[in-house]
Amino acid sequence: MTTASQTVPQPHLTTAVATPVLSKADRILSVGKYVVLLFLSFTWLFPLYWMVTTALKDDPQIRTVPPVLFPSPMYWENFVGGWQRYDFNTAAFNSIFRFALPVVILTAVSSLIVAYGFAKLRWQGRDFFFGICIATMMLPWQVTMVPLFIIFKNFGWIDTYLPLVVPSLFGHPYFIFLLRQFFLTIPEELSEAARMEGASEWGILWRILLPLTKPALAVVILFRFLWTWNDFLGPLIYLRDEGMYPLALMIYRLQQTATSMGNTAMAYPHLMAVSTIVALPVIIIFILAQRSFIEGISMTGIKG
Amino acid sequence: MAVATAPATGLQRQRMTKRERRSQLMGLLFISPWLIGFITLAFVPLIMSFYYSLTRYDLIGEPRFIGLGNYERLFTTDPDFGTVIYNTFFYVLLGVPIGTFVAFLISNLLNTDIKGRAAFRSIIYIPSIVPAVCTAMVWLFLLNTQFGAINGVLKSLEWPTIPFLSSTSLSKPTLVLIYIWAQGSAVVIYLAALQDVPRSLYEAATVDGANAWHKFWNVTVPLCTPVILFNTVLGFIGAFQEFTLPWLLTGGGPAKSTELYVMSLYRNAFVQLSMGKASAMAWILLVIIVLFTGILFSTSRRWVYYGGEK
Repeated sequence: MTTASQTVPQPHLTTAVATPVLSKADRILSVGKYVVLLFLSFTWLFPLYWMVTTALKDDPQIRTVPPVLFPSPMYWENFVGGWQRYDFNTAAFNSIFRFALPVVILTAVSSLIVAYGFAKLRWQGRDFFFGICIATMMLPWQVTMVPLFIIFKNFGWIDTYLPLVVPSLFGHPYFIFLLRQFFLTIPEELSEAARMEGASEWGILWRILLPLTKPALAVVILFRFLWTWNDFLGPLIYLRDEGMYPLALMIYRLQQTATSMGNTAMAYPHLMAVSTIVALPVIIIFILAQRSFIEGISMTGIKG
Repeated sequence: MAVATAPATGLQRQRMTKRERRSQLMGLLFISPWLIGFITLAFVPLIMSFYYSLTRYDLIGEPRFIGLGNYERLFTTDPDFGTVIYNTFFYVLLGVPIGTFVAFLISNLLNTDIKGRAAFRSIIYIPSIVPAVCTAMVWLFLLNTQFGAINGVLKSLEWPTIPFLSSTSLSKPTLVLIYIWAQGSAVVIYLAALQDVPRSLYEAATVDGANAWHKFWNVTVPLCTPVILFNTVLGFIGAFQEFTLPWLLTGGGPAKSTELYVMSLYRNAFVQLSMGKASAMAWILLVIIVLFTGILFSTSRRWVYYGGEK
């Protein structure tokens, strides 16, 4: 390395003489770092701040130039008003009980079973099938969108949550991969010993491995919930009846009617209020389960 | 398919112990949920999709075979396909590299000796998990020309307002900006990779007299290239499939300047009910994504450092 040999004689000189100078430069650098970080944080957080504060404004405050940074007075009733403009109670029920909960439970159970087969059992063709499983992660789902719609339509499943929930019965490649990797870190001796004592594979999975899998399972549950809660296109394709809408579609519905009636400004506090309510669970869950989130993303490169 | 492995096991039947046979059966049994799902929800629909792409099909009648007609029309006479391809490549080729670059820079900043790293990381990350519908509504309002916050500030300074989403020249860059804002998960991924870089390498570099830039360029970047490759590939795949944010922000307008590939595909399938054309578009997208991934991986030997695998 030429650069190294050229600079080798220098350290003795510079470290001895320049230490106080460097620390001053370091201090400027460190202040600069915080300035940049605070600016970035401001940029990243401002839209969310604006969502919450707009939810608390009335129409004149929205139209004020320059924009009102701190709404005063605050119109807390916007949260009720927005929620009641459409049947958001039913939408919340749909989002939780018809959509998120079944999808999360089914995905977790089926992915655990499949991951066990890929990680803890020795059989021919295992690596081949696992390769296919990984490859399907790359398959753009638009390729299967049209045929699946036609299949589910023939089943009479349009306007039900079945097309959105039933696929979870078959595991999800991302989570199969994640759980398999996690299973591989659990020593083989553990299941071997249980086998010696006559435990079935099924029993080993649920009684011995499951309690050890909690951190990975938390990641699966968190992200599956997040994706389902945030899903927009799936419901947009399969749900037509407003009574079946999940929260995401209901917000869209509110925005669409507001735009078509030409009173977007009037509707914004209400829109921001319901958006805040729908975003809040996600933010709370993140704050409560930060470590699982960060570990999950770092482990698999999973997207938020 | 379960049948495919049967001959192999049959040949070795004599040599397989009872326990091995049981293990084989158990293995297939445990993965069967995925296998059934793969066949019914991925493999068969994939074939069906290809067949539909060779037909004219509006859901009412039967699919009518027209050979490569859909593909031919898309590439020759279709008035919108060229625009959609241009928009999508504009969005992808601008958004993904800049997004990767910004995310990597931010993660490096977070990896330095700072207080409150976890808090900063959370702040950058949270926007990427908030439902897209909610963030779309806020951005619509923030960027609004009449009463948006940004134009409100410009107005009070008596500067001209910026038609972020309502001008054909600014609409795409604005979408890219919002895309970059939602790259928080990439920052978390890069930060994890940075924290895996062994400290001893930096110490060795210091001994060799390397300055901060040398360390960044010769230690940090090479060791992070595998993660950058992986994340960029996923980024490209995701960006080609972008739908929700642009759909809610612009609906493809103004003048189709933000009509991205999947938005057009969705419109063809579920508004025009041209299932054949939509399927052809889906297959073209599949080819584009496979090509892109292939190109990235084939160039990766030149710029990705696989030190650990020697």
